[in-house]
Amino acid sequence: MKLSERKLKVALAGNANVGKSVIFNQLTGLHQHVGNWPGKTVERAEGTLFFGEIEIEVIDLPGIYSLSTYSIEELISREYIAVEQPDVIINVVDASALERNLAFTVQLLELEPRMVVALNQIDVAESRGVIVYPEELSRLLGVPVVPTVAVKGAGLTELMERTVEAAETGEKAKPLKYGSEIEEKVDGIASKLEAETPYPRRWVAVKLLEGDEEITAAVYRRQPGLRAEVEEAATYIEEVHSHDVSSVIASERYALASAVAHESSSHVVPERGLREALADATTHPVWGYLFMVASILTMFFVIFSFGDWLAGALDEVFAVVKTGYVTALGSGPAATFIWDAFIDGFIGGVVVALPYIGPFYLVLSVLEDSGYLARVAFLMDSAMHAIGLHGKGFIPVMLGFGCNVPAVLGARVMETERERLICAFVGSLVPCAARSIVIMGLVASYVGFRWALLLYLIDFVLIFVLGRIAYKVAPDEPVGLIMEIPGYRMPSLRTTAQRTWFRLRGFVYEAFPIMIAGNFVIQVAAILGVLGVVERLMSPVTVGWLGLPSAAGVVLIFGVLRKELTLILLGTLLGGNDFSVFLSPAQMFVFAFVVMVYVPCISTIAALVKEFGYRAAAAISVAEIFTAVLLGGVILRVLLALGLP
Amino acid sequence: MGSESVEEYLEAIYGFNERGELARNHALSEKLKVSPPSVTQMIKRLADEGLVEYEPYKGAYLTGKGMALAQKVVRKHRLIERFLYDILKLPMEKVHDEACRMEHGVSDEAAVALCKALNSPETGPDDHPIPDCTLDVESCSDCEEAREAAGQEHPLTTQLSHLKPGEEGRVAFIRGGRRSTQRIMDMGLTPGTYVKMVKAAPFKGPVEVEVRGTSLALGRGLANHVFVNVDDEGRPWMRAHPHGPHHGSAPH
Repeated sequence: MKLSERKLKVALAGNANVGKSVIFNQLTGLHQHVGNWPGKTVERAEGTLFFGEIEIEVIDLPGIYSLSTYSIEELISREYIAVEQPDVIINVVDASALERNLAFTVQLLELEPRMVVALNQIDVAESRGVIVYPEELSRLLGVPVVPTVAVKGAGLTELMERTVEAAETGEKAKPLKYGSEIEEKVDGIASKLEAETPYPRRWVAVKLLEGDEEITAAVYRRQPGLRAEVEEAATYIEEVHSHDVSSVIASERYALASAVAHESSSHVVPERGLREALADATTHPVWGYLFMVASILTMFFVIFSFGDWLAGALDEVFAVVKTGYVTALGSGPAATFIWDAFIDGFIGGVVVALPYIGPFYLVLSVLEDSGYLARVAFLMDSAMHAIGLHGKGFIPVMLGFGCNVPAVLGARVMETERERLICAFVGSLVPCAARSIVIMGLVASYVGFRWALLLYLIDFVLIFVLGRIAYKVAPDEPVGLIMEIPGYRMPSLRTTAQRTWFRLRGFVYEAFPIMIAGNFVIQVAAILGVLGVVERLMSPVTVGWLGLPSAAGVVLIFGVLRKELTLILLGTLLGGNDFSVFLSPAQMFVFAFVVMVYVPCISTIAALVKEFGYRAAAAISVAEIFTAVLLGGVILRVLLALGLP
Repeated sequence: MGSESVEEYLEAIYGFNERGELARNHALSEKLKVSPPSVTQMIKRLADEGLVEYEPYKGAYLTGKGMALAQKVVRKHRLIERFLYDILKLPMEKVHDEACRMEHGVSDEAAVALCKALNSPETGPDDHPIPDCTLDVESCSDCEEAREAAGQEHPLTTQLSHLKPGEEGRVAFIRGGRRSTQRIMDMGLTPGTYVKMVKAAPFKGPVEVEVRGTSLALGRGLANHVFVNVDDEGRPWMRAHPHGPHHGSAPH
């Protein structure tokens, strides 16, 4: 084999907030691809690196604390390690939080891969008075340990050298041993295990004892006889320790981690610095909230003022392009159709979504990496519980007021699939800027500002009620807020910029086709005259139940593309710009309400599809259409009963 | 002043704190029918023992340790009230005073048995909630077994959410759904671990605790699922830590 054909597959694994992504970005540079794991809301970042003659494929596994079944990230990670069998696992360990990080290392060792530990953030650890001895750590864990400071790129060359060595000549990791009474039972179960799984036997035995849903189901289906053996062992361990077996094993892991951490590090009393003072101030019951309000307003201002500016500029650019297009091809039906059906969808994506999503990804990345997101979650947790979420949902939901797309994309900060879905659902109900244009342009101008406020109020009540319903009906056990509060850190400019760029690119690849296709379908339907039929079919609802003019049907269909255009389109179809001529105040109110709630716009739907798949996106859309129509009619009747013309 | 009067004070302060108020000096003096100077003296003593904290001109509140003791007494009190009212059919106006006299003589073991015999009531006859059982049981069906294992007097145990900033406890057990429990332990709060309260967010928000050298935030609901022992002598705080344990060792 030629040297240049040597290829390695390496996976980065570790807790959240340990600098894993920084290492990934340092290693792969611009050779990376960010997307989602198939069918999951979990980001999958892959990249390649040429190290000498060797091509190394690097995958950045999600940041997790355990290899249980708590979150989809954990399942993905363990399955990837066992099934895909990367040549080497690089376990990134935060030296400043050694004990907790090692608890995960202990679990990784149990999967018996070839492994190298990157002992990262040794500079931060030292500033906090923690000194870790890599040789000692390596001896205790039985795998190579390389100290690194990823943000500065220090230690990464050695890390890759050790990684290549481990791949070519290294041995597989050996699990650390629990107490003998547990090991005995684990051995007993492992030796009787016949069912084939991709996992090591010892690991399967431990998971059976812990009662891991996935592993027990897989093993007992093929080997039902083993259950009695496992239960007998569990009872024995529970009797010895007087705690249930899953907490005994969790304790054992932490005991191992704790022992290794204490033997391989020493502590001195750190000085309290600016970081600690900042940490205190930003969760202070008074200053914390003030700071939060200020920073969120700033964030909003940055994202949306930049976005508005860019959107406006792009709109102008495309207007010029269109003029050129018309001059070149004329405005005959064929040319118009090509523009409307193919190009408009693309322009919609570029103008509506991108200007806001770019800065949003940037800000979200800074918030996460700096450690501030955790503080906001801490401060807002009890408020968010009212709408079925917890503290981490605050930022995405807030962003929804600008645009629902970042709200949906931001839902990934939640930990479980269940929480993410609720968060995205709630986020898609928040009145975004486009909907505010309709509310302000129609209701505030023609009916009265107070009526516009009433609309917002109705929406908040709706969010409150639907959020709680989603909390009740969403599958799985709800888990409250539990997260690490990382120390403050300066986000790495390079990592932030790269992440933002690759996420943006991923969004364009995945969401744009949906937007363009959606636009195409509606435009073709318009050309074929199908819309007239649809309008008539919808009229029992739009005219009969909602009391709107029949043209509203078509307007609402086009509104899916861009909600702020509904107003202009309605004016065009009804023949004028003074809405008070052809709409009664009650009709305006109902129309604005329906536009506000009825369905997320195509960009948001595309984001929902990208993150949660077609089924969830369809379910959310249908639920919202149903709610809008049902309540729209009710509101109309209430308004009429109250005497609003 | 004996342990009975300590328990009476804690019980009274619990009554105020339960309603979200601090226990003011004169209010305590009225409730316990003692002179304001003796209240002041006693509060000082309780504060020295780390059972209460006192804000001048505002009043006293229970620390985690004080809370654990108070919960024990209040639990006995309200269980006895239930017993007197439901089983012995004593009139409502008499059960409180009667329970006040009996509560100090009942062992923890007998209180568990009383709870079981009364079918684990959730409130006293006047609808005040009975503090949670602090035995490591998943449900009441494990009650007898756990009672035998626990012996006559139980350790001082309370919910993590009740610790005051700077106060330490040791995780006893976690009561809650499988996923929550798993998650809490995955984050390092395993039985036997020392945990220190850093701060609590306002409006019943999450708590920030220090565990295994790192900071964790737990929603108030989850922090209510974690039961901690607060009465052990206090191991020197393992991590490099500028403040050291907040309170002196527990007197018995």
